[in-house]
This record gives sequence, C-alpha cells and structure tokens, in this order.
Amino acid sequence: MIQSLLAVALTGVSAFAVAVYPRSVLVFLLFQGSILFAYRARIPDWLRWSLLVAALLVLMPAIGYYNGYYLEVATQVGIFVALALGLNIVVGLAGLLDLGYVAFFAVGAYSWAIVGSPHANVIFGGESFPLAGGWFYLFLLVGLGVAALTGVLLGLPVLRLHGDYLAVVTLGFGEVIRVLANNLDKPINFTNGPKGITPISRPPTPLGLPYGEYFYFLALLIVIVVVLVNRRLENSHIGRAWEAIREDELAARAMGVPLVRMKLMAFACGASFAGIMGVLFSAKQIFINPESFTFLESIGVLAMVILGGMGSIPGAILGATVVTVLNLQVLKGFSLWLNELKNAGVTVLGYSLADLPTQFEPAKYERMVFGIILVLMMIYRPQGIFPARRRQREMTQ
Amino acid sequence: MHLFEARGVTKRFGGLTALHAVDFAVDRGISSIIGPNGAGKTTLFNIFTGLYSADEGTVTFRDRSILGRRPDQITALGICRTFQNIRLFANMTAIENVLVGMNSRIALGLWDVLSHSPGFRRTETAVAARALALLERVGLQANANDVARNLPYGDRRRLELARALASEPALLLLDEPTAGMTQGEAGALMRLLRGLVADLGLAIILIEHNMRVVMEVSDWVTVLDHGERIAEGAPREVQENPRVIEAYLGTRSPGRRRA
Repeated sequence: MIQSLLAVALTGVSAFAVAVYPRSVLVFLLFQGSILFAYRARIPDWLRWSLLVAALLVLMPAIGYYNGYYLEVATQVGIFVALALGLNIVVGLAGLLDLGYVAFFAVGAYSWAIVGSPHANVIFGGESFPLAGGWFYLFLLVGLGVAALTGVLLGLPVLRLHGDYLAVVTLGFGEVIRVLANNLDKPINFTNGPKGITPISRPPTPLGLPYGEYFYFLALLIVIVVVLVNRRLENSHIGRAWEAIREDELAARAMGVPLVRMKLMAFACGASFAGIMGVLFSAKQIFINPESFTFLESIGVLAMVILGGMGSIPGAILGATVVTVLNLQVLKGFSLWLNELKNAGVTVLGYSLADLPTQFEPAKYERMVFGIILVLMMIYRPQGIFPARRRQREMTQ
Repeated sequence: MHLFEARGVTKRFGGLTALHAVDFAVDRGISSIIGPNGAGKTTLFNIFTGLYSADEGTVTFRDRSILGRRPDQITALGICRTFQNIRLFANMTAIENVLVGMNSRIALGLWDVLSHSPGFRRTETAVAARALALLERVGLQANANDVARNLPYGDRRRLELARALASEPALLLLDEPTAGMTQGEAGALMRLLRGLVADLGLAIILIEHNMRVVMEVSDWVTVLDHGERIAEGAPREVQENPRVIEAYLGTRSPGRRRA
C-alpha cells in the first residue's frame, strides 16, 4: 500500500518537477528512477502497468515538450535497448561472443540511407531518388531482412569457432563493415565514404506530430515488439536450444539440437533487431557516416548486456538505459558541473581548481568513470543488475 | 537383421588405433560393454552417436547407416546417450534440461513461436506434461524447477537419464551411469533401467565398471581391451573367460605383463 502510494507520487512529482526545472539533469534522473521503482515495487500489476504506460506514453512526450533534448535521450535509449536485446540473444542466450554487433546496425542504417537520399542517383543514375518518405516503413522491414541475411553470412564461416576465436573473428567482421562503408566510394560510389550520406528522407508524420515525438514513439513501438519477440523466443524450444548450446555445445548436439541451424538463427534474430533500428537511426539523424559504427559502439552495447545481466530481458533494457544515460547525461553533466566550478574559481582545501592543468579537464574523465563503474560492477556484481531468473513452471497436472 | 549393428569399426587418432575392427550388435534388453580404462568404450559411444567419425566399418540402426550423420540426426532416428562425466545444462532447471531433450520431436518453425500459433500452444503444453512425467519416472518430480547445477550428484545422473529418454529413443547408450553411486543407489538405478526395458521395449547399451551391477543386470556382455573385442557372451560365460581375467588382472608370469 505504502509502495503503491510512493510509486504514484514519485512518478507524478518527478514528471511535474521536470516541467518546472526542465534543465536539471538530476530531476530527469529522478523521473527515470521513478519508472524503475514502479517496475520493481511490490504493487498490484494493474497499477504497475498503468504507471509504466502513463510514464512512457504520456509523461515522457510531455517532458519532451519542455525540454526536447530529453526526448532525444529517450529515443537514443530506445535504440540502444533494441540493440542490447538483439545482442542479448546472441551473447546472453546462445553464448556466442560477438564483438562486431554494430555492423548489423550499420547495414540497416545504410540500406535506408542510400535509397532514402539523392545519393542513390549517383549509383543507379537518373533522378528517381530519394524515394518518397512513405517507403521508409517498407525499409524498416528491408533493413531487418538485410541485417538478418548479413547475420547468416557472418554466422556461416564462424560456426566452428568458440569463445576467444569467435570474438576475434566477429571483431574483424565489424571492422570490415565499417572499413567498407569508409572506402566504398570508389570505384562505384555506394556509401560516399567518410563524408557520409545526407540528407536522408524522413517519413511524413501522422497527425502532424513533431519529429522528436514521432521518432520517440516509433522507437518505443519497435522496442515493445522486440521485447515481445524476445520473450516468445526465450520461452520456446528455440530459446531452450540456444541456452543448451551456451551451456554445453557437445551435449546439446547429442540431445538433438541442430547446431548449425540454431546458431545461424541466433545470429539472424539478433542482427534483425539492429537492422530495423539502423533504418530508424538513419532517418532520425538525416546524416550518417562510418563514424557512428565504430568498434567502441559494439563494446558499448556488449557492456549494456553484461551490466544488465546476461540472458535477461529486463537486464538488457536496464543496462542499455543506464549506459546511455550515463554517457549522454550523467558524465556530460558531471563534466559541465566541474567546469563551472573551475570557471567560478572555487578552491578545494586551499587549492584553486582553476590551476588544474588542462590534462585534468573533467570532460576527459568520462570514459574513465565509465570504465571504473564497469570494473566495480564486475567485481561486486558479476551476474549483472537484473540477472536472468529461471522460469518457474506451474507443476499442476 | 539387428536393431543396431556395428561391423568392423576402426578408429585411429594419429598413430594410435583406439578401436580395431570391432563388431557389435544389439536387439533388445541390456547389453554391457566392459573393459579396462582406455579400452575404447567411450570412443565407441562417440562413434555411435555421431560425435566421432569412424575410419572404417559400418554402423546401422534399423537398417539405415548412421555413419556420416550429424549427432542431432542420429538422435532424431532414435539413439540417445548420457555422458561419463555428466554433461547437463548446468544453469537450466531440471525440467528445461528434459525439454531440450525433446527438441528433435518438436516440428515447429520460427513463425509458430513468434505468432504463438495453436500448434505451438498445444505442443508446449504437451511437452511440458511429458517432461514432468519423465522426471517423475526417475524420481525428480519435486526438483523440476531446481537449477541442474544445484542438484546432488545422484540426482544429476538420473536427470541426465531423463533428458536422454526425452528424445524417445529406441536405443539408449549409458556411459557409466552408476559411477560415484553407492551400492544401494546403483541397485535402484538398475531396477529403473529394467523397468524401462520392460515398459518401453527399449534397448540399452551400458558402459560400466561396477562388475556386480554388470553381472546382475546385463543380458549380454561385450569385453573390449586395447580397442579390440576380446570376448562376448552371457555374463557368466564372460566372467570365466581367461582372456577377460587376464585383461583385468594381468597374468602371473611377469614376462608377459603389458606395459
């Protein structure tokens, strides 16, 4: 009862506070925390779900009205949640360590970017491109399919590899895709190389919705579908076969799991989520170039999966949220705050922060702080924030 | 024609001949393979289940060759096994372990799973009920939701048996199922195996070191030594065979002792 009241109050008050202080990062974090609290608190399910629906469908877009950047953060979170859930299938369920996952995201992004921009005229000649914005919806599926196919193509040569060897090959694969994107401007200009592709068409929005809100809702919709697909796969013979492969590949084969088919299916399913989000990403950004698909991005998504808890859907969601918010807001906010102190000439223990050499500039700590958090997590909670829980079956016959 | 028949199976690992022209046939009941360590018993199992390929010879099951088939295809044909050093899916629950064993009997595609088609719902309920029945058969119904790695040793062995049974095999290969069990537990397991043979018409091949178990339960015993079949027959005949006694105990004359 107390928790119910608390959950409702927290969600309402924090959302109201964001409207009042639209520039305070702390207040926005409180709002995010209230969503997490509503998810975890011991409250009736109907209340939990109405709170979550209200927060995500009503309050979040309303907050976006006061500070558009928050909606951008939320959309980014949505994109990374889908990526983390896709990688979670490959790494968390099937146990295939993939260090080049962002390649599938790139494949999806480029599949729309090329035909959704005038750039396709350079390849195919004529004046028929860019395709009208309405094609975007079809290309969500095309991006999904192309990425899944790429997943199978990656899967085929690495079927016999395990652990470290698999990781190295997938790392190489990720780099190959990025280098291809970087260099396929000659002899035929497919990707426009490092200069990237722009402007990429956006679909017409229904009801005259602003693009910020539009992409937020679209990302949310895709995330919901992805979560549903993920859950259904996990609680089926396919998910069980993946986990069996992760636990003991040899025993899984001997028990009748078709190894090749299941591994390829894991790669394809994981890749397809990244592909569809890639299409959305390219339309949202209007501009893409190979810089968005570096090795560091793959590692970032992997960190989300590990931080949240391998093989756990809530874990992947939370991990993606925490890492994205950490990168986009907390660490940046921390840097800004220290810089302000520095500029104001604040002294700590008689030492003026303004005398700090530029090498110690707070903005440069971002990666370090992130690294320390990861190391601490691995030491104190290696199973992740929300470790995978075994499904308990009702034993009534 | 036998249910399962191996002829002239030879397997070499580099210069070492692990199996040399081994013949072996099973129709029903319990057949045991015994022999000293390194005799090639587990290698034979690995060939029978498609984990190794044989260099020479033929292996047929219900008149179909199984050489060159993948392990999962062989399982689908109706041969399943357990492992000497228990290989359960450690982080999955007992019932999930058994459910994985049923994988080759589930003919559903990706779309059935994603759309939760009526076929999918029916199959999921049916396999869950059957998995529970199998757990009950081996006495683990109370542990259905326990994670395999937390089960005591004897229970893990019985869970592996239930998982192997889940694929509805006609031939079951058990690699030292009583290893590490007390005499009482081993006896109970053997009664269970006898029951399975009687109820399901199952054929079982047993690799076993516990001679009391072997002699009590087997209908037929094959003895391997250094990759060769040195004897076969009813338990009593084999027990008195001088070559078998020699392989196990060595001979009195020091000059003929094996290195």
